[in-house]
Amino acid sequence: MIEIQHLSKTFQTADGTVEALTDVSLSIQSGDIYGIIGMSGAGKSTLVRCINMLERPTEGAVLIDGQDIGSLSEKALRQVRRSVTMIFQGFNLLMQRTCLKNICFPLELAGIPKAKALARAKELLEIVGLPNKANAYPAQLSGGQQQRIAIARALATDPKVLLCDEATSALDPNTTHSILQLIREINRKLGITVIIITHQMSVVEEVCSRVAILDDGRVVEEGPVGTVFSSPRSDAARRLVFPEGEQSELPGTPGERRIRVVFNGALATGTPLIAQMAIEKNIAANILFASTRSIEEKVYGSMLLGIPGGVEKVQEATAYLQSMKDILVQEVTERA
Amino acid sequence: MLNSWFSSDTVQEALQILQTEVPLAIWETVYVTVLATAFAILLGLPLGVLLVTGEKGGIRPLPKAVMHVLNVVINLLRSVPFLILMILVFPLTRLIVGTTVGTVASIVPLVIAAFPFVARLVESSLREMNPNVIEAAQSMGASPFQIITRVMIPESIPSLLSSATIAITTILGYSAMSGIIGGGGLGKIAINYGYYRYKDLVMIIAVVLLIILVQIFQAAGTRLAVKLDKRLKNKT
Repeated sequence: MIEIQHLSKTFQTADGTVEALTDVSLSIQSGDIYGIIGMSGAGKSTLVRCINMLERPTEGAVLIDGQDIGSLSEKALRQVRRSVTMIFQGFNLLMQRTCLKNICFPLELAGIPKAKALARAKELLEIVGLPNKANAYPAQLSGGQQQRIAIARALATDPKVLLCDEATSALDPNTTHSILQLIREINRKLGITVIIITHQMSVVEEVCSRVAILDDGRVVEEGPVGTVFSSPRSDAARRLVFPEGEQSELPGTPGERRIRVVFNGALATGTPLIAQMAIEKNIAANILFASTRSIEEKVYGSMLLGIPGGVEKVQEATAYLQSMKDILVQEVTERA
Repeated sequence: MLNSWFSSDTVQEALQILQTEVPLAIWETVYVTVLATAFAILLGLPLGVLLVTGEKGGIRPLPKAVMHVLNVVINLLRSVPFLILMILVFPLTRLIVGTTVGTVASIVPLVIAAFPFVARLVESSLREMNPNVIEAAQSMGASPFQIITRVMIPESIPSLLSSATIAITTILGYSAMSGIIGGGGLGKIAINYGYYRYKDLVMIIAVVLLIILVQIFQAAGTRLAVKLDKRLKNKT
């Protein structure tokens, strides 16, 4: 378990003191995939660097399985970093080494014999699905492949925790999806706790079980992903859920219930979804808000529907829409 | 003037010098240059690394005063003209080589003049590195020494090789100057025959040979730097 307790971080700059993090407290259960989401400049990257002490917090503590890692010496900390590894937006591979040697790198640092390190590296290339890239150099790989090598490198020392700092932000939607699937698989198979830092809601929706929303250095909302995203309470959360902006007072008829339909790469086969529902189920949904994009014939985004006719109709509509592939439906309850 | 350059006497004489003295002079120039560069790198590489790692925010910050002294010493040595420096280091040369005259003795002032220059070249090569890669190494538990030897230097090899090429060609130029204080090589031939005895043709031959040597070193260095750079795509 990772416990972040009352963490604050201030930076001294030429323009005075900048408060990057203010009294951040979070508990992350072992084996979870935990999302930390926020706009640029919210302090996400600083927070994740405090978890492995690449940045020393100004105040507060980080406990990993009960051990206060802020109190450790540099040397002891280097030991801890082998079990709390990290992947990055820019992959940060060693460009003058082959993929295989890149994966060997952390093992080399730990003083593992070469033959053993090479065997382990080959094993990891299999896990990330690039067994034939052992002797290729990073410059010869695509972004997604480079991130796979970076993941293999991060797994080399059998970590307990994997920190992902905007790991998919430089990738296209399809590659993002495949990298997230890999991360989920690693989490399930190896039981590694994953912390994902991102500004993309779709990333959190796809793999995270819990999420914390960071705004201006503070945690403004925290909880299971479904709860936080279906009924965002804070302004920051609303901005993330409705990037295009949502009117605070939605138009709609009284007595109508609302559901949010999230398209997570659903195939746009040309079916007029809402009209189809009206014909087949006799539910005349009212589109209150929609923000969808289609990328390579797949739809991403969300839609807010007003469903007239009470709870049963909502259930019926939910069941109908959910039967489609890659569509998530949540009822939107009143905001607190 | 051209007539006097190419009269049969001067050509005859030049050809004779070309056969008797020039081969040795080329060899002297090459070995002085290579040895001086090697020693300059031996001193300049660690110093250049310190300049990058020791600064505020570097991977192993050193006290501000230490960094200040390092920078002042380097700038001081670099601002002394080579001709003056050769004379200034006579005591040191005598201490190390036993004499201040001759080809071997000229290596000492060359190294003293070149190592601060090499340190600056190394510094700028290492600064080109992506700092995120260093951060990644830190996140994997690399010690400062491991970051220097396994990340910073290996990742900067192409740039360091280009810097070494600049260093070796510059030192070659300096080595020619050392002919004035009795150093050997093509510089000595150019000065002794061309300057002191007005044998212009011999001087021109010596200068052309120096130019050819610079070309060879430069071409070889550039080629090696490109060949070893794994960032360039479409290469196996």
